[in-house]
Amino acid sequence: MTAKESSDQPDAEHRHGAQGAAGARSTSSLAQRLSTYGPLIGIAVLAFLLLVWAPNSLSTFRLGNLGRYCALALASMGIGLAWGRGGMLVLGQGVFFGLGAYAMAMHMKLEVAGPGGVPDFMMLYGDGTMPSWWEPFRSGPFTLFAIVAVPLVVSFLLGYAILKRRVKGSYFAILTQAMAVAFATLLIATIKQTGGFNGLNTFSTFFGHNLYNPEVQTNIYRLAAGLVIVFLVILWQLYRSRYGELLVATRDAEERIRFLGYDPANIKLAAFMMAAVMASIGGAMFVPIVGIVSPSSVDASASILLVAGVALGGRASLFGPALGAIAVGYGRSTLSESFPTQWTYFLGGLFIVVVLILPGGVASLWPMLRSRLSSVQRKPSTIDVDDGLEADEPAVLA
Amino acid sequence: MGSNSGLRPWFSIDVFVGDGRARARSSPTGCPLLDDDVKAETVDVFTTPFLTGTANGAILLMAALGLTLTFGQMGVINMAHGEFLMVGAYVAYLTQQVTGATGFSIVVALPMAFIFAGLLGLLLEITVIQWMYERPLDTLLATVGVALVLQQLAQDVFGAQGDPVVAPSWLGGRISVFGYEWPHRQLFTIVLALGALGALSAVLKYTGFGRRIRATVQNRQLAETLGVSTRNVDRITFFLGSGLAGLGGVAVALISGTNPTLGTAYIIPAFLVVVVGGVGQLKGTLIAAWVVGVVTAFLTDWISGSMAQVLTFALVVIFLVMRPQGLFTSRTRSLA
Amino acid sequence: MTASFLGEDYLEIRNLTVDFDGFKAIDGVDITLQQGRLHFLIGPNGAGKTTLVDALTGLVSGTGAATFRNHDILAMKSHKIVRLGIGRTFQTASVFEKLSVLQNLDIAAGVHRKARQSIFARSKVPERVEKALDTIGLEALAHQPAGILAHGQKQWLEIGMLLVQDAQLMFLDETVAGMSGNEREETGELLKRIVPDRTIVVIEHDMDFMRRYADFVTVMHTGKVLAEGTVAEVQADQRVQEVYLGTTTEEATHG
Repeated sequence: MTAKESSDQPDAEHRHGAQGAAGARSTSSLAQRLSTYGPLIGIAVLAFLLLVWAPNSLSTFRLGNLGRYCALALASMGIGLAWGRGGMLVLGQGVFFGLGAYAMAMHMKLEVAGPGGVPDFMMLYGDGTMPSWWEPFRSGPFTLFAIVAVPLVVSFLLGYAILKRRVKGSYFAILTQAMAVAFATLLIATIKQTGGFNGLNTFSTFFGHNLYNPEVQTNIYRLAAGLVIVFLVILWQLYRSRYGELLVATRDAEERIRFLGYDPANIKLAAFMMAAVMASIGGAMFVPIVGIVSPSSVDASASILLVAGVALGGRASLFGPALGAIAVGYGRSTLSESFPTQWTYFLGGLFIVVVLILPGGVASLWPMLRSRLSSVQRKPSTIDVDDGLEADEPAVLA
Repeated sequence: MGSNSGLRPWFSIDVFVGDGRARARSSPTGCPLLDDDVKAETVDVFTTPFLTGTANGAILLMAALGLTLTFGQMGVINMAHGEFLMVGAYVAYLTQQVTGATGFSIVVALPMAFIFAGLLGLLLEITVIQWMYERPLDTLLATVGVALVLQQLAQDVFGAQGDPVVAPSWLGGRISVFGYEWPHRQLFTIVLALGALGALSAVLKYTGFGRRIRATVQNRQLAETLGVSTRNVDRITFFLGSGLAGLGGVAVALISGTNPTLGTAYIIPAFLVVVVGGVGQLKGTLIAAWVVGVVTAFLTDWISGSMAQVLTFALVVIFLVMRPQGLFTSRTRSLA
Repeated sequence: MTASFLGEDYLEIRNLTVDFDGFKAIDGVDITLQQGRLHFLIGPNGAGKTTLVDALTGLVSGTGAATFRNHDILAMKSHKIVRLGIGRTFQTASVFEKLSVLQNLDIAAGVHRKARQSIFARSKVPERVEKALDTIGLEALAHQPAGILAHGQKQWLEIGMLLVQDAQLMFLDETVAGMSGNEREETGELLKRIVPDRTIVVIEHDMDFMRRYADFVTVMHTGKVLAEGTVAEVQADQRVQEVYLGTTTEEATHG
């Protein structure tokens, strides 16, 4: 084959096609295996920290905080999928977070009210009659089903309408933010049905377990943390799967994907829907841990806060969004205790600084470090995923 | 986060509608069709929301004008644009503190707000935005951060409560339009908005830098090869756009006073107006602002304020899904 | 109605018109592309060659009829056209720079995979990917990121991706532009190797390349078909000489 002469350094091993490919693989297989399965080790470490170390070392209060961060991390991981890998900046995940949270809250409110009972706020703000669409949430299994199914349907409808019309980039981002604002407004306007501005609070049991029992609280925390671990594994598989490659390719070269026989809208829709479900599950775990859900967990600020962690941690990385969310959550708790107004400056500054100087988040420091330490060019055994930046684009165009 | 940010109705027009409503609702016989002033009744049902909605639209227009300029010209999404409105409002307040609550203070406040907001925009462009022209999503996020900082600053300096701006006497009266007592302030808002639009169109059409702006919008690279300093054009555009927002802020202050979270109430509606009108299209922005303002006013009259906003949003989304490029497009530019 | 002598995968274009606000980029073009032929599409700049291919691949809307495998492809969306077995390359090579050569080919193979298989990671290299890698001759670079390939190699990779997709009808847009003499020769050999089972349309400016490898030539000018035929026929055509080659018959035959 004459074409071979134009390639560099034909290796003795690479003479024949099939053998060549296999040969190349075996020489770097150890490094390859490590980079493919390495993250699983990281997940295992994190699992240990969250599920074994934390419950035994942290006070109930701190554990509750960590549980809250885990719930937010679930939503942020979804954003990492949709934005970091899919290129869709979703500024309105508060909507799906709220769908899951309110579903869970409705069920818990009905638990408090007892069989056939009506939640207290309806008697307070309204005439004590409960809207019929509340009734199915009395059932635990239905609530769990709704937490997954409702965001799936909503995200499908919204995503289909927007993505099929090829709305992308900043338009898409603004529309999602407007969604969050609209949903929050809707909640505020329906005080008789949803508790309005005050939201839903004062729960007593979680699927029959007493919320005030510290052991129950610890188990709920374990559930939230466990879900984070489970979804980390799911994302790990998804990112290394063919769909994961396709998603990144769609992010970077959408029109090209069309000529491979794919409709990029479908690819992005799948990621959008998955992100919606993850946000919803996060919201559902948020409620029993924090004890309240209100429009302020749904609106524009809440949605933006979810994005902050993703940006900080590194949106295209596996661990970045989760760890970033936990860091931002932790920062918010500690900083707003001591410096309430400074927290906003810090958050604003975080956005500005991260975007300007470290667009790939903290996670992008690792490859930068690695490439500085080694002078040999890495062969990509898995996708060389960065966040869609050009390979040699300097962080600040100074 | 700021205590109320995001929870405010994202487009509060209650202050407008409150004026004419009382009259519309009082019906002597209890059944509107049988009343003697049925005529006045129907006029109120139509005229009030129409005029009020137009005034709303005028404010939206001023908020959106600057945005359509920066978004259309540079593809830059400035989420801190709402805060420039807020800056303009506070300039009006401060001017009043200095000169006293007279008509004179408004006359002074307008150019001051324009310049001050414009300079702030210029500062933002030079320090943050110029590094990120190829990355619109990153600009969006960075300016979100800037918005947060500005909001918190305003809250720290002026307090969370917000301060009133007193309308001068010549704006305090009403003018009778088809039986509806239309507040002068609303008429003033419309005049101001149309004036701003007219001035902007004139600048774009007849002045040197207007031409350079249009050249850069149509074909940036070609403009560069022709010697247009697109960097300077960008800076001027940002200055202009932010300055216009400052003007809008003065109008808002006259209506409902100042408030650190004023920006958040307007930023999303302003963007939606820009997109509905067609990015970078001035006449599209005008029509879109007017329609959105009027539709919201009518909806608010029939159903409650909050639901009206949700419905307006739904209508906008439906429109955008059917026509993502907005009302008007320029064929020479590809969008999004 | 299929004319069996044309082969199964032929493209029939009838009265194709592409109208940009009154400007007719393509004006009533009739072309029949036979399977197994290396069909060259030439013409001066602005003749409408790329626009024609854009119209046939769903990037630009056109009126008229274009039938492939009993489908009217003018009405179809790009990704559906690809699934039908039509592929194209672009003037600027568009491979996925950050992915390796193998990954590029594997992504292209996705057109044959069911959706549910895509949640799995790549475990082994599909046979068609191996074959394509072999045909285009890039085995040595299988694991290199596509971004480091030379321009010519990127073009071959693109062709390889079309092979993996099983494109029976290929549109290649100025494939050899910017290639060295050797690379051109290799490209020509590659095309000759793969054409027997397919219909390949090459948009070209390089007359030498055309003369060496074309089976059939269509000359376009201002959106219309000016002449068609073998290389010799087209070169002898007076109109073509005036408009495009700009030379007399004698100079043309001397290269």
